[in-house]
Amino acid sequence: MFADYLPLIIDGLADAALIFFVAVGLTLIFSVARVLNVAHGSFYALGAYLSVVIGMWLTGQGFVILSLAGLLISPILIAVALGPLIERTLLRWTYGRPDALQILVTFGLFLVLEDLQKLIFGVQPYSQDTAIQLFGSSRIGGIVYLNYQLLLIAVAILVTVGLRLMLKRTRIGKLIAAVVADQEMAQTIGIDSRRIFILAFSLGVFLAALGGALASPTIGVAPGLGAEAIVLAFAVAAIGGLGQIEGAALASLMVGLARTVAIYWAPEFQPVVPYLVMVAVLLVRPYGLFGSIGLRRI
Amino acid sequence: MVVWQILALAVVAVVLPVAGPWLGFVLTVAIGKGLAALGVAILLRAGLISLGHALFVAMGAYATAFLLRGTGMNELFLLLLSATAITMATGLVIGAFMSRYRAIFFAMLNLAISMVFFTLLSKLYDLTGGTDGMRVATPTVIGITLDRANFDLILHLSTVALMVAAGLLIERYLKSPLGEALVAIHANEVRLEYLGVSARAVILAAYTVSAALAGLGGAIMAVATGHVVPELSYWTFSGQLVLIAVLGGITGAPGAFIGAFFFELVRTFAADFAPNAWNGIVGAALFIVIFFLPQGLYGLLQRAGKRKARP
Repeated sequence: MFADYLPLIIDGLADAALIFFVAVGLTLIFSVARVLNVAHGSFYALGAYLSVVIGMWLTGQGFVILSLAGLLISPILIAVALGPLIERTLLRWTYGRPDALQILVTFGLFLVLEDLQKLIFGVQPYSQDTAIQLFGSSRIGGIVYLNYQLLLIAVAILVTVGLRLMLKRTRIGKLIAAVVADQEMAQTIGIDSRRIFILAFSLGVFLAALGGALASPTIGVAPGLGAEAIVLAFAVAAIGGLGQIEGAALASLMVGLARTVAIYWAPEFQPVVPYLVMVAVLLVRPYGLFGSIGLRRI
Repeated sequence: MVVWQILALAVVAVVLPVAGPWLGFVLTVAIGKGLAALGVAILLRAGLISLGHALFVAMGAYATAFLLRGTGMNELFLLLLSATAITMATGLVIGAFMSRYRAIFFAMLNLAISMVFFTLLSKLYDLTGGTDGMRVATPTVIGITLDRANFDLILHLSTVALMVAAGLLIERYLKSPLGEALVAIHANEVRLEYLGVSARAVILAAYTVSAALAGLGGAIMAVATGHVVPELSYWTFSGQLVLIAVLGGITGAPGAFIGAFFFELVRTFAADFAPNAWNGIVGAALFIVIFFLPQGLYGLLQRAGKRKARP
């Protein structure tokens, strides 16, 4: 009985893992900077493009195994190059301003990044699945699984636990928590909140780009990727309750499994599923599963 | 004051096509988008940003396409009226649900519903033609069948008239107690409730009006282009409408149309010499407006007018 559903569960978990990276980055940026980053999907797309290009170059040079490194190098490159730059210039300006303005500024950034991506990488689709082939497949109970899917699930669990440990146990995590709780108070006791914002935003960018990079072997990389990723991440982040890391993890699981179930039974309607889940959750809990009423102005 | 500004816009819209008839088409579409952006602007006055108003644009456009294909109705004005009525009714239903939400959740729920509609439009191939979209036949005008060139001219002039009518009506609405309450919701919703005004009712009214405007805009775009596609309800189009509203300015009804004219003309010329970069150009223009002209292009106009009046 369980074995019948195992493939479905593995597919669902792998899907959930990919959604989780983008959604948790979005939710992290929101919880620290209080900005809903519409351009977040562009970092996902850039991560996918860069890792594909690096992977193809390394494979072309004969370093097939090394092409896996591209999956990790490209998110780091993007986070280092774009994170501090964008936080210092555009994002900083939006802090404390109305939601409408924040959404608009990041929407403008989305438009600019989307075109930069077209100018740099062109409009032709790429596909590069060396990583999937390298990892091969394994048999569990007579059914073949891609090891890459299992890797995705493992990385997602690692990121969840890692983020949790970082925020609760390490010095930097406590500094972030202090700035989120009360920025002025944190500054009075000597915490450099500007550094914390840069760090948190770059970490969010890294997670989005990591999601794109890890997704790139499983999908075709083409224009429009970022626009699709961001709406999905919005839905997941809203279901979890914006700013909640565990919420994002649980919501990713719900959406990933629901999407996979939809693929099995009604494949045409798979894209609708995340939004239906979102509408259903927000009807019952207007601030998401783990969210609170704190957002409402008094 | 506002009357003259809207009439000036109408004169521009009628005179510009003399320079090149293709501009008539660009401006017809621009007014369609301007109507939808005006709907978005009304909600923005209450501090509510909708990332899903493309839903109503697409609904107006597809309603027109279905009415033309499925029923015998092919009278232009009847089509525009029916499409507006359908989206208005839908807006009333969805608005009853949306008026509970504020800030980011309002934006995201609108986004979610428009994305559901987008998926349905692209996946129900037998009904909607999927991603190929649907053809929109040329309607008749007061029972007269026109060739395409004459129809385009009549459509353009009718759209300009609709812009004037909608602009004046919305300006009246924004100056009425129901409209002024929107700004009050943005400023302090709790105080408004203490005054005995229901914030939900105010938002519901605004939402319904904005849905009707977006639907009318969509119907105009459908008959002008002769084709409807699911992308009309994609979230980037909703973003474009918010962009147009803010670009033009939300302090008055003419803003949305100024924004739409500016946006469509920039887009048409930018697409000519930089087909893959016009979005980026528009995005950069948006930064300039947000950073340096917080009241939008219309705010600039208003300030210039005031400066002249003072001495």
